[in-house]
Amino acid sequence: MATVEVTFTPLPAHVRTARLVATAVARRSGVDESLLDEVRLAVGEACSRAVEAHQRHCPAEPVRIEMTDHDQRFVVTVSDHAPTSRPAVAATENGIHDGAGHDGAGHDGAGHDGAGHDGAGHDGAGEDGIGYEAIGHDGGSAIPAGFGLAVISGLAEDVRVLSTSSGVSVRMSWPSTAAS
Amino acid sequence: MDLKLGHYNKDGIEVVDVEGEIDVYTAPRLRELLIDLVNKNNYQLVVNMEKVEFLDSTGLGVLVGGLKRVRAHDGSLDLVCTQERILKIFRITGLTKVFGIHDTVDQAIAAKKSEK
Repeated sequence: MATVEVTFTPLPAHVRTARLVATAVARRSGVDESLLDEVRLAVGEACSRAVEAHQRHCPAEPVRIEMTDHDQRFVVTVSDHAPTSRPAVAATENGIHDGAGHDGAGHDGAGHDGAGHDGAGHDGAGEDGIGYEAIGHDGGSAIPAGFGLAVISGLAEDVRVLSTSSGVSVRMSWPSTAAS
Repeated sequence: MDLKLGHYNKDGIEVVDVEGEIDVYTAPRLRELLIDLVNKNNYQLVVNMEKVEFLDSTGLGVLVGGLKRVRAHDGSLDLVCTQERILKIFRITGLTKVFGIHDTVDQAIAAKKSEK
């Protein structure tokens, strides 16, 4: 059972609220202070992506966030209910790998070992043809689709992106000291 | 905290002061300001991010968009930022190679002048 669940209407203004809640719950769960900025940014990116997808496909449907403690990990899952599309696959794949590759903070590694994390999230996203909507960088921006996911991958040591016909869920986790 | 924006001209360079959080909700306001400045023929921009508390990929997109616009007029967009948590976002996205990033507004202006 999730420690905290939040649903919110897909409006950009609510993404900040989601960030604040996630950061507060992470702190409460014993996530180290030095990681809270990462939690805040990664959850914000995931929520921004979900909001954009919902605004395009199902603006009446809420975005959902689940936060829980599991095996000394603080786990956040951001789920949308927007149908996935294929066009952004290449950009997404590149974005994710670029994001992970530029991470000089030593976060690669732990999350990519075992348990099929890598296959489910990174490689699977590209090779299986699972696509994502571009995050709303309109106005002729040079930022490619999937850039937000690339940022998440660069920040969180454990990221899984699962895509089904009914939507995308981004699951991220960080070490916590709270008993599960 | 919401986003506060201000701008002023110093030595022919337009300095944009940004304070607060740049995210999917607030970034459109920064984008509008940058577009407005470029439309008013300001192609040498410095964005002072010393009081930015949060920046996400939407904000990065706005900055890159601003850079594209000024470069189209042979201008440049430099940043002032010393906060590690903001700089980290530029590093993991590789954008430290795209933007000139300086410690102070005066340094940014001096660097721009030396480029001319």
